[in-house]
Formats: sequence, C-alpha cells, structure tokens
Amino acid sequence: MSKKADFVKFDKVDKSYDGKVLVVKDLNLDIEEGEFVTMLGPSGSGKTTCLMMLAGFETPTNGEIFLDNNPISNIPPHKRGIGMVFQNYALFPHMTVFENLAFPLKVRKMSQEDIEKKVDKALSMVSLGGFANRMPGQLSGGQQQRVAVARALVFDPAVVLMDEPLGALDKNLRESMQYEIKHIHENIGVTVVYVTHDQGEALTMSNRIAVFNDGKVQQLSSPDKLYEEPVNSFVAEFIGENNTFGGEISEISNGTCKVKLEKGEIIANPISVKSVGEKTTVSIRPERALINPKDKMDNNQKGKIEEVIYHGDHTRVRLNLLGNSEFILKVPNSSQNLDIKLGNEINIGWNSHDARALDPK
Amino acid sequence: MSSETGKILTTDGIPLEESLKQAEKKNKIKAFLLVAPLLLFLIITYMIPIGDMFSRSIDDKMVTNMLPKTYKAMETWDGKELPPEEVFEAFYLDYKILVKNKTAGKLQTQLNYEKNGFKSVLKKLARKQKKFEEGNYKEQIMKVHKRWRNVEYWRAIKRRAPSYTYSKYLKGVDMYSNEDGKIVQVSEDRRIHRILWIRTVEVAFFVTLFCFLMAYPIAHLLATLPMKYSNLLMICVLLPFWTSLLVRTASWMILLQQQGIVNDFFVWTGLVADDNRPEMMYNKTGTYVAMTQILLPFMVLPLYSVMKTISPSLMRAGKSLGATPAVAFFKVYFPLTIPGIGAGCLLVFILAIGYYITPALVGGASGTLISNQIAYHMKSTLDWSFASAMGLMLLTGVLVIYWIYNKLVGVDNIKLG
Repeated sequence: MSKKADFVKFDKVDKSYDGKVLVVKDLNLDIEEGEFVTMLGPSGSGKTTCLMMLAGFETPTNGEIFLDNNPISNIPPHKRGIGMVFQNYALFPHMTVFENLAFPLKVRKMSQEDIEKKVDKALSMVSLGGFANRMPGQLSGGQQQRVAVARALVFDPAVVLMDEPLGALDKNLRESMQYEIKHIHENIGVTVVYVTHDQGEALTMSNRIAVFNDGKVQQLSSPDKLYEEPVNSFVAEFIGENNTFGGEISEISNGTCKVKLEKGEIIANPISVKSVGEKTTVSIRPERALINPKDKMDNNQKGKIEEVIYHGDHTRVRLNLLGNSEFILKVPNSSQNLDIKLGNEINIGWNSHDARALDPK
Repeated sequence: MSSETGKILTTDGIPLEESLKQAEKKNKIKAFLLVAPLLLFLIITYMIPIGDMFSRSIDDKMVTNMLPKTYKAMETWDGKELPPEEVFEAFYLDYKILVKNKTAGKLQTQLNYEKNGFKSVLKKLARKQKKFEEGNYKEQIMKVHKRWRNVEYWRAIKRRAPSYTYSKYLKGVDMYSNEDGKIVQVSEDRRIHRILWIRTVEVAFFVTLFCFLMAYPIAHLLATLPMKYSNLLMICVLLPFWTSLLVRTASWMILLQQQGIVNDFFVWTGLVADDNRPEMMYNKTGTYVAMTQILLPFMVLPLYSVMKTISPSLMRAGKSLGATPAVAFFKVYFPLTIPGIGAGCLLVFILAIGYYITPALVGGASGTLISNQIAYHMKSTLDWSFASAMGLMLLTGVLVIYWIYNKLVGVDNIKLG
C-alpha cells in the first residue's frame, strides 16, 4: 500500500472571522498519510483555526480542504471521521472512562461485544487497563489526557487532530506524554496533525513541522532542517536560540557574502539576499560559535565576557561582540574552557556557512 | 513524633487535638456570631409564626371555655339517651351568662357548624330563658323547642368538648366527622377544596413545564452568546424582576382582556371574528400565561449558571466522535444540565404552588388557587383557624415534594449558581 503524499490537503485556504482581517492567508499544505505534522506558532498565528477547519468546526472563507482527495468543506464534523484531542481533554464528566471510549462506537451502532473489545484494546494501548469504571473526575491530569487520546483513536479514524493536548500538564508529565504519543503514532501509523506553541514539543514529536506566523506557513520541513536551516528570520528567532546581527550586504559572490555591520564586518551565507546594498539579519546558532577554535574558521572576532550563567551541563556566556551585547554562547562543561571569567576578552570563531543572512527584521 | 501513648503532642506538650480545638474555637464563635442575626430573625419571623399557625389551626377552646359547667356535668354522660337534669341545669347557667355578656352569638355559630338548625334553637332559648323558674330545667328547656328532646343536639354539644380538634384539616379536604364520629366526605355539591388542591398542583405543574420549555433555549443562548449580546439578553431576562409584580400582572390584564391588545391583534389579522373574541383572562389561560412569564427568570437563572460551566468543547468532542448534533445534545449536553433543571423546576414549582396575587387578579373563578382560598378565609370569613390549617397543609405538601425530589434526584445535585 503506497502512502498518499497529499492525504490531507489544504488548497489555497483563506479564513476570516470578521471580513476585515485574514486569520489564515493562502494556506497550501499537503500532509502525507501516516505522517505526524505539527503546526507550530505563537498564539494568534492561525494554527488552531486551521485545525478547526480540518475538524469541521470552522468553514474556510475561501479555498478547499481535501481528505483523501475528497473535498470536505461541506461535510459536517460528525461525518468526517476525524478524531480529535482537545486542549482540556473534553472528556464527558457524567460518563465513566469506559462509556467515554464507547461513545464513538455506540453512535456507530457497533455490537456490545465489539465495543468492549475495542475499548479494552484502546485502554491497554494507553496503559489504563484497570480504569474503565472510573469517572474522569477521579483521574489525574495525565490519565485524563491518555483517556482523551484513547477516545480519539478508538474508532480508527483516518486522521487524529490534537489541539495543544499537553498544555495543562506539568513539565515532567508533558515530556513523558510526548514520548507516549509519539510511540502510539509509530505503532498504529495514524496521520496526526498536532498543534502546539511549544517548540520543544514540536521538535521531539514531529515528522514535519509547519511554522505559522501571521496566518501563513513560514516554513514546512523536518525538525532538524527547521533548526539548522531556517529560511527566514522569524523561524530562526522562533525555533531555538539565535544570535543576530543587523547589517547591509557589501559584497556577494558564489555562496558567501560580506555583511557590513555598524562596527566591523562578517562573512555569511546568503539565504534570502540577492544583491549588494540589501539590508539583512544574520543569524548564528549559539552552539555554532566556538571559543578559541583550533581549526581555521573564516570568521574570527574578539568579544568581552559580560555575563556567565552556570547551567550544570553547560555554561551560558553573554558576550559583547561587534557591538551586539546580547551575543550568547553555549559552552560545554569541560576542563578546557576554564578561562571563562567575567570581563575576559576571548576569541570567537564560526564558519560563514553557519551565519545565515536572512531577511531584515 | 508521637508519644508512647499514641497521642500526638505539640512542641509545648499539649495534645494536638486539644490544641487544634482551641485554635479553632475563636473562629467557630466568630462564625456563629455572624450567622446569629439571621438565625434570630428566622426564629422570630418564621418558626414562631408557623408554630402559632399550627396551634391556631387545631385550637378549639372557644366553645369549651364558653360552657365550662356543662362540660363538667357531661363528663359522666354516656351520650346514649338524653342527659340528666344536672347537664340541663349546667347548660342553662352557662348560657345565661353568655346571653348576659352578649357573646351567645359566637356559640350559636359554632354549634350550628356542628349541627344544622342549632342556631334557631339557641336563639329561641335565649329569648325564653329570662322567664325560667328555678328547678327542673330539663322540663323547661325541652318545652322551649322540641329539638331539645333530640339527643343528637346534645351529642353535638358534647363533641365540642375537647379543646383541640382536627376538624379544620378534614374540612380542608372536604371531609368531616359526622354525628357518629366517623370521618366522611361532604356532599358532592359542597366539595370545593379538593378541586382547588388538584387545580393548584395542575397549574404549578404546567407553569413549571412551560417555564422549562421556554427557559432552556434562552439559558442556552445566554451561556453561549458572546459577552456583549449575552449581557443585553440577560438584562431582558432580569428586567421583569425589577418591575413590580403588580405592574406586571396589571399589564397582562391590559394585554389579555377581551377588548385588549392581544385580542385586537387577533381580530385585526382575521384570526378571530370581532364578535367572537376568546376569553384569555379570568380563567386558567390567564393564570398560565401570567404566572409563566413571572416565574420564568427563576428557571432561566439556575439553568444559565449550570450551562455556563459546560465547556463548548464537550459538544464539539461529541460531534468529532461521530455523534449527530441531536445525539451529541441528548447524550452529552442535556445530562450535564440536569442539576440546573432540577433546581429550576423545584424553585418554580414551589413558588407556583403558593402563588397568590396573579391568580387573584387574572384567575377569575376557574383560575384561582388554594392560596386565594386561604386569603378568602383570612379576610372575608375570618375563619383564621381554617386558613391556618390550609396554610399548613400547603407547607406540608411543599415539604413532601422536596422530600420526594431529594429521594429521586438528590438535593446535593441542585445547582443554583
């Protein structure tokens, strides 16, 4: 069985609530069958709206959404066969865990025997075997979350939507649930569309991430690509930590460019700049800049240490470098980096390939 | 660290329990003092009047006090044949004092309740007794009217001997205890109270039903609309609350009367002929319409407060799991609103069952309720003990309803807000 590359397809979708502002602008997005796609973005970026349109609780103002090549804009939510995990679980408080899970099966008129079998299977999948007769109110947040996941999967939907399902959990539980959901996805191979504003969550769980901002997908790619090769300064800023220099292109040649800053000049990798004189923001990941590099690097600068923060496994060092006093370095906690002291001047080097010249902010 | 005896001590060596009690004593006293005014107020304005009502409803001392000698003499009389001379003498002496004090009328009325035709007999005796000679009163009294020879009349007097009676309660359900002391129904043409009780329950039931049917969608809308619209709607719901009950009832009278606005409208639209305007007031229809409107907020508010707490994502979850909107509503939303329905229905039903002003003004003959009858006995017949008895029966009825409700639904499940 070959997997369809456009199992879920957003085709030129616009959405406006008031007829004045577009919440979602010209959205084109293909999701492969069995894929785990995360919609990531700050609040108000349109990601939840997209999810609600897919679930059928909002209608696109323009454009069409396809599920398995069928347009679904005119199909009501209950006929779409899409499972959904809500932000606050939305378990039915007057039903037991069993009844909650049996609900989608009962409305599909399954036999009692099949229902029991399926519910049992779903509960053991989320390791809640003995909880069938509890009320949702008697469960902890994490357990409720698992019931919600089991309920969204129990009727074998083609697609499962998750709307910030882990937002209400504490940090440790959230991390273990991330792995659990990821494993469930790997085991049963269902297509998952996941919405979150937590980049850590997105990076650990997804096959691909769609970064939303301002109603648009800024970048859609795998987590590693998203982090290593952001295509614009919003993505670079939003995902992970980021050191930036604002400047102007003074020279551009095959694969490298020179960027003139207020103080000094650096060599960078031109991503979204094309000609001399353009304004740009250069983005460098903190771990790509090294102290006293042994190998030759094409950028070498001196910086003064302004702050040192101890983090256990690594130390964060804030430098004043080329007029940017917010330049952050992540230094692994090893014996060779002992001369990091407040006020010292140190040599910093990085490769021009890792300094990405993006659009100006 | 617990000591050897197993009791936990504080660092000062006082048992922990005791220490806790002392620490909380002050708060308990404070809490009690805060509720004390209300408690006192309730006792004075609620418990005492109800107690007074109860004693008044069973009080029958009036006749007993008016005929002290008679009842003393009657103690040994078995009631089978005419009483002996001592009873006649005692009755003559008691009655003489009553006539002299001009209070004989009360006795006449009371004994006439007991036995029809007693009044005229007593009135005649009042006139003739002035010429009575001393001795042999039995003969003299029996000569005044031949009914004095009938043992029934003496039994009627004897029946009023106890100073307490439940006859008012019997009267409230159209029963009485007859000459033989048996409890029987009054003749069919005089059974008015039972009709009123049934009508009261019926009206309360239907008003509750109508309120529920109308309030549910309103409350749902209130709970789901965006704030700026729901506030406006809320004011529309509460506006009648801020208007005087009398004004509202009067405005219904203007609307519903035969030459009123609603009828005019019907005639104008051609729905009814001008000479065939339906009567919508001074009957049950008027009572239903006005009471439903007046009691509606009492249903809307508990429903609203419960619906407000139901997350909209529950309905969405239901739909996303494959339930049609109707199934999602009846399986998910409706069961969650039951606490509000229970509270609203109980509130409206209890208020409706004791409603007074509205049925009095728009009810007419077929739309009056038991409370109007109570008011009638308080104001017109001045039979306060009967009014009290009926009031207490109403109160007991409400308590029974509350009890049944508690058994069926559980009062803990009520949510008023």
